[in-house]
Amino acid sequence: MPEPTVRTVPTALAADYFQSYSVVGLLAVIGVLFVAVAFAAGRLLRPVVPTPEKLLTYECGVDPVGEGWAHTQVRYYVYAFLYVIFAVDSIFLFPWATVFAAPGYGATTLVEMFIFLGFLTVGLLYAYKKGVLTWT
Amino acid sequence: MNDVLDVALRLLVVFGVFMVLPLVIGQTEHKVMAHMQGRLGPMYAGGFHGWAQLVADGVKFAQKEDVVPANADRRIFQLAPAVALLPYLLVLVAIPIGPGEGAVGEVVDAGIFFVLAVMGVGVLGSLMAGWASANKFSLLGGLRTAAQLLAYELPMLLAAASVAMAAGTVSLPGIVDAFEWWWLPWQIVGALVFFVAGLAELQRPPFDMPVADSEIIFGAYTEYTGLRFALFLLAEYAGIVVLCGLTTVLFLGGWHGPFGAEGLGWVWTLLKTAVLAFIVIWLRVSYPRLREDQLQKLAWTTLVPLALAQIALTGIVKVVIQ
Repeated sequence: MPEPTVRTVPTALAADYFQSYSVVGLLAVIGVLFVAVAFAAGRLLRPVVPTPEKLLTYECGVDPVGEGWAHTQVRYYVYAFLYVIFAVDSIFLFPWATVFAAPGYGATTLVEMFIFLGFLTVGLLYAYKKGVLTWT
Repeated sequence: MNDVLDVALRLLVVFGVFMVLPLVIGQTEHKVMAHMQGRLGPMYAGGFHGWAQLVADGVKFAQKEDVVPANADRRIFQLAPAVALLPYLLVLVAIPIGPGEGAVGEVVDAGIFFVLAVMGVGVLGSLMAGWASANKFSLLGGLRTAAQLLAYELPMLLAAASVAMAAGTVSLPGIVDAFEWWWLPWQIVGALVFFVAGLAELQRPPFDMPVADSEIIFGAYTEYTGLRFALFLLAEYAGIVVLCGLTTVLFLGGWHGPFGAEGLGWVWTLLKTAVLAFIVIWLRVSYPRLREDQLQKLAWTTLVPLALAQIALTGIVKVVIQ
C-alpha cells in the first residue's frame, strides 16, 4: 500500500522540525528553573534589613532630584527607523543566500544581489547626505 | 527511552557548559588584567595567585542584601536579570563544537537565524532594568544599550549572511562542514565586522558607553546588588563565550585544524574560542572608551559599508568558482 508511506513523510519532517525546537524549549524550562532556584536560595541566604535611606534611588550619594522617569531627548530615533528598514531588508538575504549559487542561477542572481545591495547603499548614502548619521 | 536519556544528557552538558565556561572566563579576566595592569587586588585571595578570588566574589554576592529601590517598578526590576541571562543559555544549545550529531546540543535547522534572533533578546533585560530602576542614570544607560544594539545588530547580521552565502546553508554544523582554509582570507573582513559588532552588543570595552562609570555610575545596573547583579555579570561572560564560539564556528572553521580534525575537533573549537576570549579581555585592558556618537558613527559609516562590501565579494567569488 503506497498511500500511507506518502502520507507519513511530511509528518515525519514536521516532527523532526519541531523536535529540535522542543529541545530548545526544554532548555528554556531548565533555565527558568535555575533562575527560580537561585532567587529562592538567595532569599534564604541574604539578610533583609531595609531602611528608608537604603531604598532611596542611588544618584551619587546625594538626595535624588526630581523623578527617575524623567523626560529624555532620544537623539537616535532616526537610527531606529534606519535599523528597522535595513534589518528587515537584510533578513531577506538569508533564504536567498542558500540558493543563489545553485546550478542554473549563477550570474542572474548575482546581478540581482547587486541591485539589492545598490538599494541598501543608496539608502545609506541618502541618510548620510541628509546628516542623519551625525549626532545632532 | 534511549532518546529521552540522550536529550537529558545533552541538556545537562549544555547547562554545565553554561555554568562553567563563563566563570572560567571571569577568572581568566581577573588574572590577565591583574598581570597586564599590575593590579594587586585579584592576586591576594586564597594565597597562590589569588585562586580563591572567584569563590570570594560568589560568597559575597550570595549573602549580600537585595535592595529594590522604593520608587522602582518592583516586578520588572526583579525579573530583568533573568531576561538578560537566559538567551545566552538557549544560544549555546545550537553551537556545534565537533563534527557529527554527537558534538552539538541540538541541530537547529535555521541555526544562524535562531542564534542571532535569540541573542537580540538579551538587550531587553538591560532595557527592563534601565526603565524599572526609576533612576536617571539607569534610564540613560538602558537607552544607550538599546541604541548600541540598533547600530551593531545590522553589521553583525550582514556579516553572518556573508558566511551563509559562502556555505550555501544557514545551519551552523553545515557551515563548518563546508569550511575550507581559504575562507579565512576570503571572509576576513566579515569576521572582523562580526567580532567587533558582537563586542559592541555585549557592551564590552571599548564599547562600554552604556555602563560608563565616570558619567552614569553603572548604567542600567546601577541599582542592582547581590545575586541579581551577579546574574547580570554572568550574562556578560556568557555573552563572551557565545560570541567567541560563534565567531569560531562561522569564520574560523570550528573543528577544522592543521591536524587531528577527526577525534580532537572539539579541542580546536575550544582552543579558538579561548584565544578569542583572551583577545576580548586584552581589548578591555588596552583601549579607551568610545564616545556615544563615535560608537554610532563607527557602526553606520564603517562597519555597515564593510559588511556590504564583504557580501559583494562573497557573491562574486562564489559564482565564479561555481
